[in-house]
Amino acid sequence: MALKSPPVLLGLLGRLSRRSFSTSKALASTPVTVRDALKQAIDEEMERDDKVFVLGEEVAQYDGAYKVTRGLWKKYGDKRVIDTPITEIGFAGIAVGAAFGGLKPICEFMTFNFSMQAIDHIINSAAKTFYMSAGAIPVPIVFRGPNGVAAGVGAQHSQCFGAWYGNCPGLKVLMPYSAEDAKGLLKAAIRDPDPVVFLEDELMYGVPFPMSDEAMSADFVLPIGKAKIERPGSHITLVCAGKATDTALQAANELAGNGIECEVINLRSIRPLDFDTIAQSVAKTHHLVTVEQGWPQSGIGAEICARVMESSAFFELDAPVWRVTGVDVPMPYTRSLEGLAVPRAPDVVAAVTAVLGNKIVEPIRQ
Amino acid sequence: MALKSGVSFIRFKRLSHGIRLLSTHTRPEISQNGGKNADFPGVKAPYVTEMKLLNEHSYDPIPIYRVIDNNGEVIERTEEPRIDNETLLNMYKTMVQLNQMDKILYESQRQGRISFYMTNYGEEGIHVGSAAALLPQDMVFAQYRELGVLLYRGMTVTEIINQCYGNHEDPGKGRQMPVHYGSKQRNIATLSSPLATQMPQAVGAAYAFKRAPNNERCVICYFGDGAASEGDAHAAFNFAATLQCPIILFCRNNGYAISTPTSEQYRGDGIAARGPALGLHTIRVDGTDALAVYRAVERAREIAIQNKPVLIEAMSYRVGHHSTSDDSSAYRPVEEIQKWTQEENPVQKLKLYIEGKGLWNSDTEKQFAKEARDIVLRTMQQAEKKKKPHWKEMLEDVYYDMPPHLQKQMNQMEKHLKKYKEHYPLDQFQSE
Repeated sequence: MALKSPPVLLGLLGRLSRRSFSTSKALASTPVTVRDALKQAIDEEMERDDKVFVLGEEVAQYDGAYKVTRGLWKKYGDKRVIDTPITEIGFAGIAVGAAFGGLKPICEFMTFNFSMQAIDHIINSAAKTFYMSAGAIPVPIVFRGPNGVAAGVGAQHSQCFGAWYGNCPGLKVLMPYSAEDAKGLLKAAIRDPDPVVFLEDELMYGVPFPMSDEAMSADFVLPIGKAKIERPGSHITLVCAGKATDTALQAANELAGNGIECEVINLRSIRPLDFDTIAQSVAKTHHLVTVEQGWPQSGIGAEICARVMESSAFFELDAPVWRVTGVDVPMPYTRSLEGLAVPRAPDVVAAVTAVLGNKIVEPIRQ
Repeated sequence: MALKSGVSFIRFKRLSHGIRLLSTHTRPEISQNGGKNADFPGVKAPYVTEMKLLNEHSYDPIPIYRVIDNNGEVIERTEEPRIDNETLLNMYKTMVQLNQMDKILYESQRQGRISFYMTNYGEEGIHVGSAAALLPQDMVFAQYRELGVLLYRGMTVTEIINQCYGNHEDPGKGRQMPVHYGSKQRNIATLSSPLATQMPQAVGAAYAFKRAPNNERCVICYFGDGAASEGDAHAAFNFAATLQCPIILFCRNNGYAISTPTSEQYRGDGIAARGPALGLHTIRVDGTDALAVYRAVERAREIAIQNKPVLIEAMSYRVGHHSTSDDSSAYRPVEEIQKWTQEENPVQKLKLYIEGKGLWNSDTEKQFAKEARDIVLRTMQQAEKKKKPHWKEMLEDVYYDMPPHLQKQMNQMEKHLKKYKEHYPLDQFQSE
């Protein structure tokens, strides 16, 4: 799978420098979009296990609202790729029941904003039935779809559910960043015996990432609950997930120009949370900034701060931890404001500069 | 008028057809409104020129199917179900056992021995009639007032009482409120408190059955008239129909959702009227007549197994309070209840029927009622003495494999209990 033609290589290098990917082995790899990586994961798992099926609005004939399930209906037919009526409460309930009945459903929400219609099935049934049935009824199910901020879709279609679902025991919550994350984590989610909430980013679907030969293989599965160090560094730790990883990496790239080396930790999994990796990094850098697209209160960053406070990692800190989050308002529709309502690289740069400068001042109100 | 224009329309079409045959031009044929069927993607229906709005009185109410009268006499011989004597006795005995459990467990809640209970009075006919018409491989999704179904399917008095007491022999490991039963080996999905969530889930389970080769299983999903107002109910009806699932959606219309009477719960012709509208085979049945319920479910099963979903609305009356948290005298007169405990009593009706067949008499009644009462009392005394589940169960089954953070908590707790055991009532809990 090595690259054959120089133009492709040049193109890839160009993209690499633009997007500041850190992995060098990526050079010997194939560019794959997040969308295609997700499709690959579903396709391979459907091929591997005929209990796996997809249901949701527009997932079959229309190939999915965001084309993640492209071609799957043609390949697997009506029984395994099901277009449903427009009732999230209905098809999420159907998916939960099908999991009770021994199948492994992949339940697509056109966006996670719509999952609120079905949240009772996710929290009260999917997450708790294994426990409430005293271990008799496992619920192997994946709820997936785009989460968080898209572009120009207003307050009701732009929120991050990482903290919401991350709050609930019984669920596993994954947030892929790259194509490799998307494929390896989705395959792990489908194989997992517990219910998994899989939060994708609409704005990342079309972004190509280099994928290694290993990641292209049908056996490629990533462990759930293990973070990835996207970029090693010694001065400060940036913890992020999903699209926020992109923002953090951009900031790290910029800061590297000023001699500040950020260690960027892509969480991959919100629940279980790989706190060990964070703590080890903090022990090295003694500074921590979290980056997320969701709101600040009770968010992912808040959770990380709390865990630092409750552990010996606290004594490693040379400065208070800062959170860079989405602004604490419903998402503005105005494009200029929308862009400012979610963390941008300059926000992260500012936070890093402040924390490293040990400026104990009132943090910027997010 | 309509006929006349119809005739002229036909003439016109013939004429235009003739002209078209002669003509070299092709002109698209335009069908005319009036007297012809429309061809919209959403609906195929005739056009009319007379405007008419429909309301709840446009249709006759869906009739209520019954087999026996108040004296336990079969009304129409051909409708009498063929049920062997042993099954009939089993059905009746289940009703008696159910009544005894309700009586004693309700009292035990009043005495503070258990935290909660829900009685089943008035719906015994629904329980045994439907349960007897199903096969053991069929899957049951219950709401919470279907204890008779569970008993009939073989859940023992001991298992049920252990669940209510949440002791270490409770199949549910003491994790749920009383009455939240479940039994995997008897194909009974564990009850879930949120109302109506079992409905789309039942359809999903039926879908899983449908996918199995040579499927011979169906799902029955019980729900109340109040639950039918939840969005989940509509979703379940619509998905059962569109996914063509082997499911019986069984509404126990007992007249009340806690204190809300059906007159405030819905308008129109009850729950059954929604069936045909959503593409479901539908029947309304007298829920106080166990034999009618049996016949309806038996037939529904035959249809459902061919992947044609069925809706049954069984009419009954909730004789008891909603639960131990409710006092129904606040919202209904005592006289209203009497009719349903006397002439329309489902237990009485089936008793008269089997007595008529010479299968039962006052002696057997007396003897069995005593047995049924004794076993409940005895089991309750035993259940009370049994230890609580192992404290570790609190952390089990949250995930399929215990994650490290729970493992860590468990280890800490274990050490703590070892060190400070005298401060904890460990003797009340099951040990390893």
